[in-house]
Amino acid sequence: MKTVLLATTALLAGAFGAAADGQLNLYNWGNYTSPELIEKFTAETGIEVTITDYDSNTTALAKVEAGGSGFDLVVPSANYVPVFVEKGLLAPLDKSRLSNFDNIAADWKDVAWDPNRDYTIPWQWGTTGVAVNTSVYDGDINTSEIFLNPPAELVGKVNVVPEMNDVIALTIFNVGGDACTEDLEVLRKVRDKLMAAKDSWISMDYGTTDKLSSNDLVATVNWNGSTMRARLNNADVAYGYPKEGYPLWMDSVGLLADAQNVDEAYKFLDFIMIPENAALISTFARYANGIAGSDAFMPEEMKTAPEIVIPAEFAAAGRFLPTCPQKATELYTAIWTELRK
Amino acid sequence: MARRRSFDVTRLPGFTAIAILAFVLLYAPIVTLVIYSFNGSSSVNLWGGFSLQWYRIAFENEAVQSAAVRSFVIAASASMIATTVATLAALGTTRRGKFPGQTIIYVMINQPLMVPEIVTAVALLIFFASIKIATGYTGLGYLILAHSAFCVPFAYLPIRARLEGMDSAMETAAADLYASPVQTFRHITLPLLMPGVLAGAMLAFVISLDDVIITEFVKSAGQDTLPTYMLGQLRRALTPEVNAISTVLLAVTIVILTAFFLMTRKRD
Amino acid sequence: MRAKTHRRSKGLNGWLLSLPALVLLLIAASGPLLIVVIYSFLEPGDYSGVRWTFSTDAWFRILFQRDIFDGTVSLADANLSIFWRSVKLSLATTLIAFVLGLPTAWFIATRTPAARAVWLFLITIPFWTNLLIRTFAIMEVIRNQGLMNTALINLGLIETPIQVLYTDTAVLIGMAYVYLPLMVLPLFAAIDRFDFKLIEAGYDLYASRMGVLRRVVLPIIRPGIVAGCILVFVPSLGAYVTPRVLGGGKNMMIGNFIELQFGQGQNWPLGSALSMVLLIVVLAALLIYTRVSSRDDPNG
Repeated sequence: MKTVLLATTALLAGAFGAAADGQLNLYNWGNYTSPELIEKFTAETGIEVTITDYDSNTTALAKVEAGGSGFDLVVPSANYVPVFVEKGLLAPLDKSRLSNFDNIAADWKDVAWDPNRDYTIPWQWGTTGVAVNTSVYDGDINTSEIFLNPPAELVGKVNVVPEMNDVIALTIFNVGGDACTEDLEVLRKVRDKLMAAKDSWISMDYGTTDKLSSNDLVATVNWNGSTMRARLNNADVAYGYPKEGYPLWMDSVGLLADAQNVDEAYKFLDFIMIPENAALISTFARYANGIAGSDAFMPEEMKTAPEIVIPAEFAAAGRFLPTCPQKATELYTAIWTELRK
Repeated sequence: MARRRSFDVTRLPGFTAIAILAFVLLYAPIVTLVIYSFNGSSSVNLWGGFSLQWYRIAFENEAVQSAAVRSFVIAASASMIATTVATLAALGTTRRGKFPGQTIIYVMINQPLMVPEIVTAVALLIFFASIKIATGYTGLGYLILAHSAFCVPFAYLPIRARLEGMDSAMETAAADLYASPVQTFRHITLPLLMPGVLAGAMLAFVISLDDVIITEFVKSAGQDTLPTYMLGQLRRALTPEVNAISTVLLAVTIVILTAFFLMTRKRD
Repeated sequence: MRAKTHRRSKGLNGWLLSLPALVLLLIAASGPLLIVVIYSFLEPGDYSGVRWTFSTDAWFRILFQRDIFDGTVSLADANLSIFWRSVKLSLATTLIAFVLGLPTAWFIATRTPAARAVWLFLITIPFWTNLLIRTFAIMEVIRNQGLMNTALINLGLIETPIQVLYTDTAVLIGMAYVYLPLMVLPLFAAIDRFDFKLIEAGYDLYASRMGVLRRVVLPIIRPGIVAGCILVFVPSLGAYVTPRVLGGGKNMMIGNFIELQFGQGQNWPLGSALSMVLLIVVLAALLIYTRVSSRDDPNG
């Protein structure tokens, strides 16, 4: 018992002493930060990085908005960056302190959700498509019909990740609408399509990498990097880019308005824009990163991966999801609830 | 006569069989977990031959280690606090007949059971955040406080179940022999109550170890526990290093408990 | 007069002894819950939180839904069916936990004192690994390529794997597993104080096994049964992790539904109102239960 008390005291004291020099608190998605990257950063700068995990944009937003938790950097998805900015939670970046800012690839320098990159630096980006085990079904997989109207081989075996925005967007694209649409005619088709498809699904769950690897799942809505991880374990797994349209996403690092360790945060932001370091991020999580020239430092298997390099014929079908207005979210939640009741 | 004696209530027919079955069911997943911690593959579901790689990785991963230690520190502190206040409350609300406000106390004590975690989590997030901003203190105290609170009913109910209908003749006798209330409590009531207190403390401990959502919303920077660390991984991919860490923790627990058991037995 | 003073001092002592627990709960559980009560009467904020405008819309939407397509108002059958499903699964979980838990607690309580401690620890050891890991371990056992199906196939009992994962059965198995110690420990605490010599005396009196069980054993272990059932039923009603992982997420339980409102649904007032309803329902059930059970309680 005494040791427990001692340990408690030590931990409490440690938390009190958090204001010491050379600290940085990164608030990021779980299993998303390369340990090698952090080690290298600490070795070069002497700054100790503490990583705290979250599992969804909404949790991150709720916690940051409540304040007081002591985070310095956060990594929201593209459609959440404007929300963070609008609520005044992110500090505008002083680009004179970011000597590597020009390393950001041209495509990612001026983006709709963060014009001129005034608030955020790219972390990783990817696509949401479908993953199929080709030993079970070897037809065309570049379509959202894989989960919305599965071929006979896949009926009863499809998983859908419980990401409301991604799934609704894929379905809206499938029936010919635009992301964030409030058009009731389109949404009626969306609902009918989803309700009809639900019976041929087995689950709505995460953890797709493992289940694809072990053949527990043979088809699922999935992210590209996760599919690549699964393919490395199980060569039959292939990634499909729905030609009807599929979501593109990017997670970007922003500096919190109430950050305590601003200097350290700038050093970190500058550090991750060096191509070699950005490559470490990608190698760990298997997503592309948005820093020009980082390809050169990536392992061969990633440079050519069909999940990471979007084939030219499907490039046009990828679309960034905007931040939907409250009204649209309300409509989508109603459909989502009916779907999962 | 012989037939009558053969009805021994300590050996009710079927009860032992069901109890053994319950133990087998309880341990089946745990055994699987231990086996999979020696898995050579990078996936939690896929068997890739015997390997110690996840132990090596877990050993090198400071984040998962400190998360495990933090979980235990919080659980130990919270279960101590919760069991202490729950024991007092159980003594205050049991065996003294009805008194005004008893129902209010009962409802308040059990309240944490009645709302889903996410609700308490959001409420605590907002409440504690304002305290964090006002005081600047962001330590583990908030987590220990929150855990202690939701552990109270889990400690209270077994203690109360023990206390209810516990014969008060011994205590009355002690009081008649001029034992002070404190003496009576220490030497008579507490020993009789001990199995309930132990059950309550163990429940509080495991409930605290399990908590995900309240912890996720209350934690400050650098305060991941093992469950929130795993929650973060859930969306992407779980790695078997959590199996390795759990197996190590299990082994440590069993060693400590065995040592404790052998020591106390020797003394008897 | 004396009796009245005595009664008052009893009450005072009761309150004083409960005070530390009440203060703790007021600070870190019940008190902050007031925030949720207030939130349920506000409008949802942009993307999260609330807007400080009074509204009863959240409460209205618990029972009624406005069809998003034709605007007609009808009974919210989605909410009701989610709620009903949760109640059904929780009741079944409690029943399974009781059927497995009572014999187990009985078994432990009838060992020698030294062995008792060992068995008690054996019950809790699986629970020293946290809920998520345990839930994943259960998944490992019941999935199609898992321990259970592989064993059954190798034994020649079945030919194709039984799909248990992602069904209500899986949720039941998982919840019964997770909540079993919450049933066993209070039952043990109650059975353990039982003087087994009473059985013999009881047997002389009632002369039948059922008679002894009903008239001698049951009254004494009843507080343990009540505590165990409350501790299993109420938390499983709001369960979140187990249904999410083992149920496959196609059908929500109330805990997942409330979480959805605070998360992707971005409707905190509705989430708040839903949890208030859950709180009120459970509270009412508990109060009715304690009223009824204390009526024939010899100590009450």
